[in-house]
Amino acid sequence: MYSEVVMDHFTNPRNVGEMEDADAVADVGNLSCGDTTRIYIKVKDDVIEDIKFKTFGCGAAIASSSIATEMVKGKTLDEALKITTEEIVDALGGLPPAKVHCSVMAADAIKKAIENYREKNKED
Amino acid sequence: MKRVYLDHSATTPVRPEVVEEMMKYLTDNWGNPSSVYSRGREARKGIDEAREKIAHLLGANPQEIIFTSGGTEADNYAVMGAAFANQKKGKHIITTSIEHHAVLDTCKFLERQGFEVTFLPVTPEGIVRVEDFERALRQDTILVSVMHVNNEVGTIQPVEEIGRVCREKGIIFHVDAVQSFGKIPVNVDELNADLLSISAHKIYGPKGVGCLYIRKGTKVQKLFYGGAQERRRRPGTENVAGIVGFGKAAELAIKEMGEETEKLTKLRDKLIAGLQEKISDIKLNGDPVQRICNNVNVSFKYVEGESLLLSLDMKGIEASSGSACTSGSLDPSHVLTAMGVPFEFIHGSVRMTLGRDNTEEDIDYVLEVFPEIVDRLREMSPLYNK
Ligand SMILES: Cc1ncc(COP(=O)(O)O)c(C=O)c1O
Ligand SMILES: [Zn+2]
Repeated sequence: MYSEVVMDHFTNPRNVGEMEDADAVADVGNLSCGDTTRIYIKVKDDVIEDIKFKTFGCGAAIASSSIATEMVKGKTLDEALKITTEEIVDALGGLPPAKVHCSVMAADAIKKAIENYREKNKED
Repeated sequence: MKRVYLDHSATTPVRPEVVEEMMKYLTDNWGNPSSVYSRGREARKGIDEAREKIAHLLGANPQEIIFTSGGTEADNYAVMGAAFANQKKGKHIITTSIEHHAVLDTCKFLERQGFEVTFLPVTPEGIVRVEDFERALRQDTILVSVMHVNNEVGTIQPVEEIGRVCREKGIIFHVDAVQSFGKIPVNVDELNADLLSISAHKIYGPKGVGCLYIRKGTKVQKLFYGGAQERRRRPGTENVAGIVGFGKAAELAIKEMGEETEKLTKLRDKLIAGLQEKISDIKLNGDPVQRICNNVNVSFKYVEGESLLLSLDMKGIEASSGSACTSGSLDPSHVLTAMGVPFEFIHGSVRMTLGRDNTEEDIDYVLEVFPEIVDRLREMSPLYNK
Protein backbone atom coordinates (compact mmCIF):
# COMPACT_ATOMS: atom_id res chain seq x y z
CA MET A 1 0.00 0.00 0.00
CA TYR A 2 2.92 2.38 0.65
CA SER A 3 5.57 3.40 -1.90
CA GLU A 4 9.19 2.36 -1.54
CA VAL A 5 10.11 5.92 -0.59
CA VAL A 6 7.60 5.88 2.25
CA MET A 7 8.88 2.55 3.50
CA ASP A 8 12.47 3.78 3.27
CA HIS A 9 11.68 6.86 5.36
CA PHE A 10 9.65 4.79 7.79
CA THR A 11 12.47 2.28 8.23
CA ASN A 12 15.34 4.78 8.25
CA PRO A 13 13.86 8.10 9.29
CA ARG A 14 16.11 11.10 8.62
CA ASN A 15 16.64 13.78 11.27
CA VAL A 16 14.75 11.87 13.92
CA GLY A 17 15.43 12.71 17.55
CA GLU A 18 15.63 15.60 19.97
CA MET A 19 17.64 18.82 19.97
CA GLU A 20 18.86 20.21 23.27
CA ASP A 21 19.84 23.67 22.01
CA ALA A 22 16.93 24.21 19.62
CA ASP A 23 16.04 27.79 18.74
CA ALA A 24 12.38 26.84 18.45
CA VAL A 25 10.12 23.87 19.03
CA ALA A 26 6.56 23.20 17.88
CA ASP A 27 4.04 20.46 18.56
CA VAL A 28 1.20 19.73 16.19
CA GLY A 29 -1.48 17.16 16.80
CA ASN A 30 -3.85 15.64 14.32
CA LEU A 31 -7.25 15.84 15.95
CA SER A 32 -8.91 13.44 13.56
CA CYS A 33 -6.64 10.46 14.17
CA GLY A 34 -4.54 11.32 17.21
CA ASP A 35 -1.12 11.43 15.56
CA THR A 36 1.36 13.99 16.94
CA THR A 37 4.56 15.56 15.59
CA ARG A 38 7.20 17.69 17.27
CA ILE A 39 9.71 19.74 15.27
CA TYR A 40 12.94 21.29 16.61
CA ILE A 41 14.84 23.85 14.56
CA LYS A 42 18.21 25.51 14.82
CA VAL A 43 18.41 28.75 12.85
CA LYS A 44 21.45 30.69 11.72
CA ASP A 45 21.31 33.80 9.51
CA ASP A 46 17.67 33.10 8.73
CA VAL A 47 18.54 29.62 7.46
CA ILE A 48 17.40 26.29 8.98
CA GLU A 49 20.77 24.99 9.94
CA ASP A 50 19.50 21.88 11.67
CA ILE A 51 16.14 20.24 12.17
CA LYS A 52 14.90 17.26 14.16
CA PHE A 53 11.51 15.62 14.53
CA LYS A 54 9.68 13.20 16.75
CA THR A 55 6.43 11.64 15.62
CA PHE A 56 3.81 9.48 17.25
CA GLY A 57 1.81 8.12 14.38
CA CYS A 58 1.39 5.79 11.47
CA GLY A 59 3.77 5.03 8.62
CA ALA A 60 2.53 8.01 6.60
CA ALA A 61 2.97 10.37 9.54
CA ILE A 62 6.53 9.22 10.27
CA ALA A 63 7.64 9.15 6.64
CA SER A 64 6.18 12.59 5.86
CA SER A 65 7.90 14.14 8.89
CA SER A 66 11.16 12.55 7.87
CA ILE A 67 11.11 13.68 4.25
CA ALA A 68 9.81 17.16 5.14
CA THR A 69 12.76 17.76 7.44
CA GLU A 70 15.08 16.82 4.59
CA MET A 71 13.27 19.16 2.23
CA VAL A 72 13.61 22.25 4.43
CA LYS A 73 17.04 21.68 5.92
CA GLY A 74 19.41 24.38 4.59
CA LYS A 75 16.52 26.50 3.32
CA THR A 76 15.80 30.06 4.40
CA LEU A 77 12.86 30.51 6.72
CA ASP A 78 10.83 32.15 3.97
CA GLU A 79 11.51 29.27 1.61
CA ALA A 80 10.70 26.70 4.27
CA LEU A 81 7.41 28.40 5.03
CA LYS A 82 6.30 27.70 1.48
CA ILE A 83 6.48 23.91 1.81
CA THR A 84 3.12 22.28 1.18
CA THR A 85 1.59 18.91 1.97
CA GLU A 86 1.23 18.25 -1.78
CA GLU A 87 4.99 18.66 -2.24
CA ILE A 88 5.63 16.31 0.66
CA VAL A 89 3.22 13.69 -0.67
CA ASP A 90 4.74 13.98 -4.14
CA ALA A 91 8.23 13.56 -2.77
CA LEU A 92 7.05 10.40 -1.02
CA GLY A 93 5.90 9.01 -4.36
CA GLY A 94 2.27 9.48 -3.37
CA LEU A 95 0.17 8.20 -0.47
CA PRO A 96 -3.05 6.21 -0.40
CA PRO A 97 -5.90 8.79 -0.39
CA ALA A 98 -7.02 7.80 3.11
CA LYS A 99 -3.54 8.49 4.46
CA VAL A 100 -2.98 11.97 3.07
CA HIS A 101 -4.49 13.56 6.16
CA CYS A 102 -1.78 11.84 8.24
CA SER A 103 0.88 13.78 6.34
CA VAL A 104 -0.44 17.32 6.93
CA MET A 105 1.18 17.55 10.34
CA ALA A 106 4.68 17.77 8.89
CA ALA A 107 4.22 21.05 7.00
CA ASP A 108 2.10 22.47 9.82
CA ALA A 109 4.70 21.67 12.45
CA ILE A 110 7.53 23.21 10.41
CA LYS A 111 5.50 26.38 9.90
CA LYS A 112 4.60 26.56 13.54
CA ALA A 113 8.24 26.12 14.58
CA ILE A 114 9.27 28.98 12.28
CA GLU A 115 6.48 31.18 13.65
CA ASN A 116 7.56 30.37 17.18
CA TYR A 117 11.12 31.25 16.26
CA ARG A 118 10.10 34.58 14.77
CA GLU A 119 7.87 35.37 17.70
CA LYS A 120 10.69 34.70 20.13
CA ASN A 121 13.17 36.80 18.20
CA LYS A 122 10.88 39.74 17.50
CA GLU A 123 12.00 41.79 20.51
CA ASP A 124 15.69 41.66 19.83
CA MET B 1 12.82 -14.64 6.56
CA LYS B 2 10.61 -16.37 9.09
CA ARG B 3 6.92 -15.72 8.54
CA VAL B 4 4.37 -15.91 11.30
CA TYR B 5 0.73 -15.46 10.41
CA LEU B 6 -1.17 -14.11 13.40
CA ASP B 7 -4.39 -12.92 11.83
CA HIS B 8 -6.58 -16.02 11.88
CA SER B 9 -9.64 -14.01 12.92
CA ALA B 10 -9.35 -12.12 9.63
CA THR B 11 -9.09 -15.27 7.58
CA THR B 12 -7.42 -18.67 7.52
CA PRO B 13 -5.66 -20.69 4.82
CA VAL B 14 -7.75 -23.41 3.19
CA ARG B 15 -6.76 -26.83 4.53
CA PRO B 16 -5.38 -29.32 1.99
CA GLU B 17 -8.13 -31.83 2.87
CA VAL B 18 -10.68 -29.13 2.07
CA VAL B 19 -8.98 -28.22 -1.21
CA GLU B 20 -9.03 -31.87 -2.18
CA GLU B 21 -12.78 -32.15 -1.57
CA MET B 22 -13.41 -28.92 -3.44
CA MET B 23 -11.34 -29.95 -6.45
CA LYS B 24 -13.74 -32.78 -7.24
CA TYR B 25 -16.50 -30.23 -7.61
CA LEU B 26 -14.42 -27.85 -9.71
CA THR B 27 -13.30 -30.56 -12.13
CA ASP B 28 -15.49 -33.68 -12.37
CA ASN B 29 -18.73 -32.66 -10.67
CA TRP B 30 -19.09 -29.24 -12.18
CA GLY B 31 -22.74 -29.59 -13.11
CA ASN B 32 -25.56 -27.29 -12.12
CA PRO B 33 -27.14 -28.80 -9.01
CA SER B 34 -30.60 -27.94 -10.35
CA SER B 35 -30.13 -30.10 -13.47
CA VAL B 36 -31.84 -33.48 -13.56
CA TYR B 37 -29.10 -35.50 -15.29
CA SER B 38 -26.42 -37.31 -13.33
CA ARG B 39 -23.80 -34.56 -13.55
CA GLY B 40 -26.26 -32.21 -11.88
CA ARG B 41 -27.30 -34.80 -9.35
CA GLU B 42 -23.65 -35.32 -8.35
CA ALA B 43 -23.32 -31.64 -7.57
CA ARG B 44 -26.63 -31.67 -5.69
CA LYS B 45 -25.39 -34.57 -3.62
CA GLY B 46 -22.29 -32.58 -2.61
CA ILE B 47 -24.45 -29.72 -1.37
CA ASP B 48 -26.85 -32.00 0.46
CA GLU B 49 -24.05 -33.80 2.23
CA ALA B 50 -22.44 -30.55 3.31
CA ARG B 51 -25.80 -29.32 4.58
CA GLU B 52 -26.31 -32.47 6.60
CA LYS B 53 -22.85 -32.26 8.12
CA ILE B 54 -23.23 -28.64 9.16
CA ALA B 55 -26.76 -29.15 10.46
CA HIS B 56 -25.59 -32.09 12.53
CA LEU B 57 -22.66 -30.12 13.98
CA LEU B 58 -25.00 -27.28 15.01
CA GLY B 59 -27.69 -29.58 16.39
CA ALA B 60 -30.07 -28.44 13.65
CA ASN B 61 -32.10 -30.03 10.85
CA PRO B 62 -30.71 -29.84 7.31
CA GLN B 63 -33.79 -27.88 6.15
CA GLU B 64 -32.84 -25.16 8.63
CA ILE B 65 -29.48 -24.40 6.95
CA ILE B 66 -29.41 -21.82 4.16
CA PHE B 67 -26.08 -21.37 2.40
CA THR B 68 -24.99 -17.79 1.78
CA SER B 69 -22.00 -15.93 0.38
CA GLY B 70 -20.49 -15.70 3.85
CA GLY B 71 -20.91 -14.28 7.31
CA THR B 72 -21.83 -10.80 6.12
CA GLU B 73 -24.74 -12.03 4.01
CA ALA B 74 -25.91 -14.37 6.78
CA ASP B 75 -25.91 -11.45 9.25
CA ASN B 76 -27.72 -9.14 6.83
CA TYR B 77 -30.26 -11.82 6.02
CA ALA B 78 -30.89 -12.59 9.70
CA VAL B 79 -31.20 -9.04 10.98
CA MET B 80 -32.90 -7.39 8.03
CA GLY B 81 -35.00 -10.46 7.25
CA ALA B 82 -36.31 -10.91 10.79
CA ALA B 83 -36.94 -7.17 11.22
CA PHE B 84 -38.91 -6.77 8.00
CA ALA B 85 -40.87 -10.02 8.42
CA ASN B 86 -41.97 -9.20 11.96
CA GLN B 87 -42.44 -5.44 11.91
CA LYS B 88 -46.18 -5.71 12.43
CA LYS B 89 -45.45 -7.03 15.93
CA GLY B 90 -43.09 -4.19 16.79
CA LYS B 91 -40.16 -2.18 15.58
CA HIS B 92 -37.65 -2.47 18.40
CA ILE B 93 -34.37 -4.35 18.03
CA ILE B 94 -31.69 -4.99 20.63
CA THR B 95 -28.06 -5.57 19.69
CA THR B 96 -24.69 -4.67 21.18
CA SER B 97 -22.23 -1.87 20.55
CA ILE B 98 -19.45 -4.38 19.77
CA GLU B 99 -21.04 -6.37 16.93
CA HIS B 100 -19.28 -6.88 13.63
CA HIS B 101 -20.17 -4.18 11.09
CA ALA B 102 -22.25 -6.76 9.22
CA VAL B 103 -24.77 -6.57 12.09
CA LEU B 104 -24.04 -3.06 13.32
CA ASP B 105 -24.43 -1.32 9.98
CA THR B 106 -27.49 -3.40 9.10
CA CYS B 107 -29.07 -2.17 12.35
CA LYS B 108 -28.14 1.40 11.48
CA PHE B 109 -29.80 0.93 8.10
CA LEU B 110 -32.91 -0.37 9.86
CA GLU B 111 -32.95 2.73 12.08
CA ARG B 112 -33.23 4.79 8.93
CA GLN B 113 -36.14 2.56 7.89
CA GLY B 114 -38.08 3.46 11.03
CA PHE B 115 -36.92 0.75 13.43
CA GLU B 116 -35.63 1.61 16.88
CA VAL B 117 -32.40 -0.06 17.89
CA THR B 118 -30.83 -0.34 21.34
CA PHE B 119 -27.07 -0.82 21.18
CA LEU B 120 -26.14 -2.40 24.50
CA PRO B 121 -23.00 -1.13 26.24
CA VAL B 122 -20.30 -3.52 27.44
CA THR B 123 -18.10 -3.81 30.52
CA PRO B 124 -14.54 -2.46 30.34
CA GLU B 125 -13.61 -6.11 29.72
CA GLY B 126 -15.77 -6.20 26.60
CA ILE B 127 -18.72 -8.29 27.81
CA VAL B 128 -22.42 -7.48 27.59
CA ARG B 129 -24.28 -7.45 30.92
CA VAL B 130 -27.41 -9.59 30.98
CA GLU B 131 -29.04 -6.98 33.31
CA ASP B 132 -28.55 -4.27 30.70
CA PHE B 133 -30.15 -6.53 28.14
CA GLU B 134 -33.14 -7.29 30.39
CA ARG B 135 -33.59 -3.60 31.11
CA ALA B 136 -33.62 -2.82 27.39
CA LEU B 137 -36.43 -5.27 26.63
CA ARG B 138 -39.73 -3.72 25.56
CA GLN B 139 -43.21 -4.86 24.61
CA ASP B 140 -42.38 -4.15 20.99
CA THR B 141 -38.95 -5.84 20.90
CA ILE B 142 -38.99 -8.24 17.95
CA LEU B 143 -35.35 -9.18 17.51
CA VAL B 144 -32.22 -9.56 19.61
CA SER B 145 -28.84 -10.01 17.91
CA VAL B 146 -25.74 -10.76 19.99
CA MET B 147 -22.45 -12.15 18.78
CA HIS B 148 -21.12 -15.30 20.44
CA VAL B 149 -17.46 -14.24 20.35
CA ASN B 150 -16.19 -10.79 19.55
CA ASN B 151 -13.82 -10.68 16.59
CA GLU B 152 -11.53 -7.96 17.95
CA VAL B 153 -11.01 -8.79 21.61
CA GLY B 154 -12.17 -12.42 21.61
CA THR B 155 -14.60 -12.04 24.50
CA ILE B 156 -17.26 -14.74 24.90
CA GLN B 157 -20.71 -13.19 25.35
CA PRO B 158 -23.44 -14.55 27.66
CA VAL B 159 -25.57 -15.74 24.76
CA GLU B 160 -27.08 -18.73 26.63
CA GLU B 161 -28.66 -16.47 29.26
CA ILE B 162 -29.81 -13.94 26.70
CA GLY B 163 -31.23 -16.72 24.53
CA ARG B 164 -33.16 -18.15 27.45
CA VAL B 165 -34.86 -14.82 28.11
CA CYS B 166 -35.67 -14.37 24.41
CA ARG B 167 -37.21 -17.85 24.28
CA GLU B 168 -39.39 -17.12 27.35
CA LYS B 169 -40.62 -13.91 25.80
CA GLY B 170 -40.99 -15.25 22.28
CA ILE B 171 -38.48 -12.82 20.81
CA ILE B 172 -36.36 -13.89 17.83
CA PHE B 173 -32.72 -14.38 18.82
CA HIS B 174 -29.87 -14.12 16.31
CA VAL B 175 -26.33 -15.19 17.17
CA ASP B 176 -23.34 -14.24 15.04
CA ALA B 177 -21.22 -17.33 15.63
CA VAL B 178 -18.62 -16.54 12.96
CA GLN B 179 -15.78 -16.35 15.50
CA SER B 180 -16.95 -19.09 17.85
CA PHE B 181 -17.89 -21.96 15.56
CA GLY B 182 -15.08 -24.50 15.50
CA LYS B 183 -13.45 -23.08 18.64
CA ILE B 184 -16.11 -23.56 21.32
CA PRO B 185 -19.32 -25.62 21.26
CA VAL B 186 -22.10 -24.04 19.21
CA ASN B 187 -25.46 -25.75 19.51
CA VAL B 188 -28.56 -23.91 18.39
CA ASP B 189 -30.74 -25.42 21.11
CA GLU B 190 -28.31 -24.78 23.94
CA LEU B 191 -28.00 -21.18 22.79
CA ASN B 192 -31.74 -20.89 22.18
CA ALA B 193 -30.83 -19.35 18.84
CA ASP B 194 -33.50 -18.89 16.18
CA LEU B 195 -30.96 -17.56 13.71
CA LEU B 196 -27.23 -18.20 13.66
CA SER B 197 -24.51 -17.11 11.23
CA ILE B 198 -21.29 -18.92 10.38
CA SER B 199 -18.58 -18.38 7.78
CA ALA B 200 -16.27 -20.92 6.13
CA HIS B 201 -13.11 -18.87 5.73
CA LYS B 202 -12.60 -18.49 9.48
CA ILE B 203 -12.40 -22.28 9.90
CA TYR B 204 -9.87 -23.15 7.15
CA GLY B 205 -12.56 -23.28 4.49
CA PRO B 206 -12.92 -21.15 1.34
CA LYS B 207 -13.84 -17.46 1.28
CA GLY B 208 -17.24 -16.33 0.06
CA VAL B 209 -19.36 -19.05 1.63
CA GLY B 210 -21.20 -19.37 4.90
CA CYS B 211 -24.65 -20.15 6.15
CA LEU B 212 -27.57 -18.91 8.16
CA TYR B 213 -29.36 -21.32 10.45
CA ILE B 214 -33.08 -20.49 10.50
CA ARG B 215 -35.08 -22.32 13.16
CA LYS B 216 -38.20 -23.92 11.72
CA GLY B 217 -41.12 -21.51 12.08
CA THR B 218 -39.00 -18.35 12.36
CA LYS B 219 -40.34 -15.69 10.01
CA VAL B 220 -37.53 -14.18 7.94
CA GLN B 221 -37.91 -12.13 4.79
CA LYS B 222 -35.45 -13.11 2.07
CA LEU B 223 -32.95 -10.70 0.56
CA PHE B 224 -32.86 -12.01 -3.00
CA TYR B 225 -35.43 -12.98 -5.61
CA GLY B 226 -34.86 -15.50 -8.36
CA GLY B 227 -34.78 -19.26 -8.75
CA ALA B 228 -35.80 -22.10 -6.47
CA GLN B 229 -32.41 -22.75 -4.88
CA GLU B 230 -32.17 -23.09 -1.09
CA ARG B 231 -35.91 -23.67 -0.97
CA ARG B 232 -36.47 -20.29 -2.61
CA ARG B 233 -34.99 -18.49 0.37
CA ARG B 234 -31.65 -17.78 -1.24
CA PRO B 235 -31.92 -18.04 -5.00
CA GLY B 236 -28.92 -18.22 -7.31
CA THR B 237 -26.91 -21.16 -8.63
CA GLU B 238 -25.05 -22.56 -5.66
CA ASN B 239 -21.34 -22.13 -4.95
CA VAL B 240 -21.02 -25.91 -5.07
CA ALA B 241 -17.28 -26.32 -4.48
CA GLY B 242 -17.39 -23.63 -1.79
CA ILE B 243 -20.28 -25.30 0.01
CA VAL B 244 -18.59 -28.70 -0.15
CA GLY B 245 -15.38 -27.17 1.19
CA PHE B 246 -17.34 -25.46 3.96
CA GLY B 247 -18.85 -28.81 4.99
CA LYS B 248 -15.46 -30.49 5.08
CA ALA B 249 -13.84 -27.61 6.99
CA ALA B 250 -16.65 -27.60 9.56
CA GLU B 251 -16.39 -31.33 10.09
CA LEU B 252 -12.62 -31.17 10.64
CA ALA B 253 -12.86 -28.13 12.90
CA ILE B 254 -15.31 -29.80 15.25
CA LYS B 255 -13.44 -33.10 15.20
CA GLU B 256 -10.20 -31.39 16.25
CA MET B 257 -11.73 -28.73 18.48
CA GLY B 258 -10.68 -30.18 21.83
CA GLU B 259 -6.97 -30.60 21.20
CA GLU B 260 -6.78 -27.44 19.10
CA THR B 261 -8.33 -25.34 21.88
CA GLU B 262 -5.89 -26.72 24.38
CA LYS B 263 -2.89 -25.98 22.17
CA LEU B 264 -4.03 -22.48 21.24
CA THR B 265 -4.88 -21.53 24.82
CA LYS B 266 -1.33 -22.40 25.84
CA LEU B 267 0.22 -20.40 23.01
CA ARG B 268 -2.12 -17.48 23.69
CA ASP B 269 -1.24 -17.33 27.36
CA LYS B 270 2.45 -17.65 26.63
CA LEU B 271 2.27 -14.74 24.20
CA ILE B 272 0.30 -12.52 26.58
CA ALA B 273 2.54 -13.30 29.56
CA GLY B 274 5.69 -12.82 27.49
CA LEU B 275 4.65 -9.42 26.16
CA GLN B 276 3.58 -8.25 29.61
CA GLU B 277 6.89 -9.33 31.05
CA LYS B 278 9.07 -7.76 28.38
CA ILE B 279 7.30 -4.51 27.56
CA SER B 280 6.18 -1.68 29.85
CA ASP B 281 2.99 0.40 29.52
CA ILE B 282 1.08 -2.47 27.96
CA LYS B 283 -2.58 -3.30 28.44
CA LEU B 284 -4.47 -6.48 27.62
CA ASN B 285 -7.77 -5.60 25.94
CA GLY B 286 -10.72 -7.85 26.70
CA ASP B 287 -11.48 -10.22 29.53
CA PRO B 288 -8.52 -12.48 30.34
CA VAL B 289 -10.74 -15.49 31.14
CA GLN B 290 -13.99 -15.18 29.16
CA ARG B 291 -11.88 -15.20 26.05
CA ILE B 292 -11.63 -17.34 22.95
CA CYS B 293 -8.55 -19.58 22.82
CA ASN B 294 -6.77 -17.81 19.96
CA ASN B 295 -7.15 -14.09 20.67
CA VAL B 296 -4.46 -11.73 21.92
CA ASN B 297 -5.33 -8.04 21.83
CA VAL B 298 -2.87 -5.71 23.50
CA SER B 299 -2.21 -1.98 23.51
CA PHE B 300 1.10 -0.24 23.87
CA LYS B 301 1.13 3.33 25.06
CA TYR B 302 3.13 5.90 23.02
CA VAL B 303 3.07 3.69 19.92
CA GLU B 304 0.68 3.90 16.99
CA GLY B 305 -0.84 0.66 15.74
CA GLU B 306 -0.19 1.00 12.04
CA SER B 307 3.50 1.70 12.48
CA LEU B 308 3.62 -1.34 14.75
CA LEU B 309 1.99 -3.46 12.05
CA LEU B 310 4.41 -2.20 9.40
CA SER B 311 7.35 -2.95 11.67
CA LEU B 312 6.01 -6.41 12.50
CA ASP B 313 5.43 -7.06 8.80
CA MET B 314 9.07 -6.24 8.09
CA LYS B 315 9.90 -9.05 10.50
CA GLY B 316 7.46 -11.38 8.76
CA ILE B 317 4.75 -11.13 11.42
CA GLU B 318 1.22 -10.54 10.15
CA ALA B 319 -1.27 -9.00 12.59
CA SER B 320 -3.98 -6.31 12.70
CA SER B 321 -4.81 -3.18 14.70
CA GLY B 322 -7.75 -1.11 15.92
CA SER B 323 -5.92 2.18 15.44
CA ALA B 324 -7.65 5.03 13.60
CA CYS B 325 -4.79 5.22 11.11
CA THR B 326 -5.28 1.56 10.10
CA SER B 327 -9.00 1.71 9.59
CA GLY B 328 -9.04 3.58 6.31
CA SER B 329 -11.98 5.57 7.64
CA LEU B 330 -10.07 7.22 10.51
CA ASP B 331 -12.49 5.70 12.98
CA PRO B 332 -10.72 3.98 15.82
CA SER B 333 -12.04 0.54 16.75
CA HIS B 334 -15.71 0.77 17.77
CA VAL B 335 -15.18 -2.22 20.04
CA LEU B 336 -12.32 -0.71 22.04
CA THR B 337 -14.20 2.60 22.10
CA ALA B 338 -17.32 0.89 23.51
CA MET B 339 -15.14 -0.74 26.17
CA GLY B 340 -13.97 2.71 27.23
CA VAL B 341 -10.33 1.99 26.39
CA PRO B 342 -8.50 5.35 26.58
CA PHE B 343 -7.76 6.84 23.17
CA GLU B 344 -3.98 6.60 23.48
CA PHE B 345 -4.32 2.85 24.09
CA ILE B 346 -6.76 2.32 21.21
CA HIS B 347 -4.30 4.03 18.90
CA GLY B 348 -1.62 1.56 19.96
CA SER B 349 -3.68 -1.63 19.82
CA VAL B 350 -2.59 -4.81 18.08
CA ARG B 351 -4.61 -7.96 17.58
CA MET B 352 -2.82 -11.24 17.12
CA THR B 353 -5.03 -14.25 16.47
CA LEU B 354 -3.47 -17.69 16.53
CA GLY B 355 -4.24 -20.69 14.39
CA ARG B 356 -3.51 -24.34 13.83
CA ASP B 357 -0.15 -23.83 12.12
CA ASN B 358 1.33 -21.67 14.88
CA THR B 359 4.00 -23.20 17.10
CA GLU B 360 5.88 -22.43 20.33
CA GLU B 361 8.80 -21.31 18.17
CA ASP B 362 6.55 -18.78 16.44
CA ILE B 363 5.66 -17.30 19.81
CA ASP B 364 9.31 -17.26 20.89
CA TYR B 365 10.19 -15.43 17.70
CA VAL B 366 7.44 -12.85 18.20
CA LEU B 367 8.54 -12.29 21.79
CA GLU B 368 12.10 -11.86 20.61
CA VAL B 369 11.44 -9.14 18.02
CA PHE B 370 8.50 -7.33 19.60
CA PRO B 371 10.34 -5.40 22.36
CA GLU B 372 12.85 -3.85 19.90
CA ILE B 373 10.03 -2.73 17.63
CA VAL B 374 8.16 -1.04 20.45
CA ASP B 375 11.40 0.54 21.73
CA ARG B 376 12.27 1.96 18.32
CA LEU B 377 8.84 3.52 17.85
CA ARG B 378 8.78 4.88 21.38
CA GLU B 379 12.20 6.48 20.82
CA MET B 380 10.58 8.35 17.94
CA SER B 381 7.49 9.37 19.87
CA PRO B 382 7.24 12.90 21.34
CA LEU B 383 4.81 11.54 23.92
CA TYR B 384 7.27 9.10 25.44
CA ASN B 385 9.51 10.02 28.34
CA LYS B 386 11.92 7.33 29.40
C1 LIG C 1 -18.02 -11.72 14.03
C2 LIG C 1 -18.02 -11.66 12.54
N1 LIG C 1 -19.19 -11.58 11.87
C3 LIG C 1 -19.23 -11.53 10.53
C4 LIG C 1 -18.09 -11.55 9.77
C5 LIG C 1 -18.20 -11.47 8.27
O1 LIG C 1 -17.94 -12.71 7.68
P1 LIG C 1 -17.54 -12.80 6.13
O2 LIG C 1 -16.12 -12.34 6.04
O3 LIG C 1 -17.68 -14.25 5.82
O4 LIG C 1 -18.48 -11.97 5.35
C6 LIG C 1 -16.85 -11.62 10.42
C7 LIG C 1 -15.60 -11.62 9.63
O5 LIG C 1 -14.76 -10.74 9.73
C8 LIG C 1 -16.82 -11.68 11.83
O6 LIG C 1 -15.66 -11.74 12.49
ZN1 LIG D 1 -2.01 8.49 10.75
